[in-house]
Amino acid sequence: MFSESDIAALLLTLKLAGISTMVLILFGTPLAWWLAKSTWRFKFLIEALVALPLVLPPTVLGFYLLVVFSPQSIIGQLFESLVGQPLAFSFTGLVIGSVIYSLPFVIQPLQNAFIAVGRRPVEVAATLRASPFDRFVSVVVPLAKPGFMSASVLGFAHTLGEFGVVLMIGGNIPGETQVASIAIYEHVESMQLTNAHGLSAALLLVSFSLLVLVYAANPKARVLRL
Amino acid sequence: MWRIIICIPRVTCFAGLFFTQLLFGLVSASEVNVAVASNFAATARALVQQYSQLSDDKIVLLVGSTGKHTVQIQYGLPVDIFLAADAARPKFLEDRDLTVPGWRQTYAVGRLALWSKDPLLVDAKGDVLRSSAFKRLAIANPKTAPYGVAASQVLFSLGLQPSLVYGESVAQAFQFANSGGAELALLALSQVKDLKQGSFWLVPSELHRPIEQQLVLLTDNQPARDFVNFLAGEQALLLIELHGYTRPAKIEIKSR
Repeated sequence: MFSESDIAALLLTLKLAGISTMVLILFGTPLAWWLAKSTWRFKFLIEALVALPLVLPPTVLGFYLLVVFSPQSIIGQLFESLVGQPLAFSFTGLVIGSVIYSLPFVIQPLQNAFIAVGRRPVEVAATLRASPFDRFVSVVVPLAKPGFMSASVLGFAHTLGEFGVVLMIGGNIPGETQVASIAIYEHVESMQLTNAHGLSAALLLVSFSLLVLVYAANPKARVLRL
Repeated sequence: MWRIIICIPRVTCFAGLFFTQLLFGLVSASEVNVAVASNFAATARALVQQYSQLSDDKIVLLVGSTGKHTVQIQYGLPVDIFLAADAARPKFLEDRDLTVPGWRQTYAVGRLALWSKDPLLVDAKGDVLRSSAFKRLAIANPKTAPYGVAASQVLFSLGLQPSLVYGESVAQAFQFANSGGAELALLALSQVKDLKQGSFWLVPSELHRPIEQQLVLLTDNQPARDFVNFLAGEQALLLIELHGYTRPAKIEIKSR
């Protein structure tokens, strides 16, 4: 039912989703914290920018990334001269694409969670002489745990289902950029329906088990209710 | 001042390029990346299988639509050979100096088939097309698919204007007919030749212009040349014919 390349595509999808989620949590947390706390007049501009991938067709994002990543563009050249490998049609390119594509799914739950924590616990910690970093790590993060949970799950799941962006910037290279959704598309296009069924069922199973696990672990928390 | 600003990126760029080429030269010396049109994917897989018995070089297939591949190649898709679904796109890349000169050639000629899931619907002469025994005919979109262009030429030659549904590719046109959404479809012979179900009529090739599928060489290296030469060889051509294509009219054997 699974060919060698199908298994490689599945593993690659999980790797892409995993790495993208880690990058998103790492860089998304400070951004979400800033969005939750900032009183800057033009904050709405940043919020609109973060929410953009929600409404933008993935093909639009993919097309712009294709142009930006290409060896003819300044960014593409800069990356190639620094890293020694082209950015277009590479796994690194996919990670960057996924991070942008799944950004709102991580930022928004985090931002809401930080707002829900409120100022009071942080201020109390401050009177106990906790440093700003300590306040965040020991007070805010534990209180915002459900937010982190739903941000990770949504970011991971959304990257699992990514198709349009990868179709544009991936190039369908086996083992490098051929993720499961693209492999399924290829199987359907070349009428290998048995393989398409196998991979589709695998993705369905992974997605469903992921959600079951999260809901079972947090019966009370509002993990995935948008 | 300006000179410094301009110079620094250039130097790093050259260093980067040199480094990349060194790296790629070492790593992928015997790996050949081939972008292949979706309609030829199954045949290409069989060809790669056969080639693996002749050579140690590893052929990696990147399956996709020819239009998308053409754009992606311009934006740096790392492939050595492009097996397109038509002759226009390889020519387009050649005109933009993105190919190795002298290495554009036809590797297969496609044939059309009128197919129905119903084993009794399509007769041996294709007269069903003129009848009212069907509501809709599925063809690939002539704007994006060469087989769609050929299909509309067939309808023009026969002077018919049935009600049509357009698939993005011949594969989607097949899905339309296979799901029953359309009773008939004009597809590639390679798609339906070995199907156990349904009925089909091989459309005479006089009814449309030949569907020449051409290849181009994009990087000049020996393993890639070897594979192109293999594709033009008798053994490969027999396999290509077996999958429902006809062989190109004349093969130029060059000393390579």
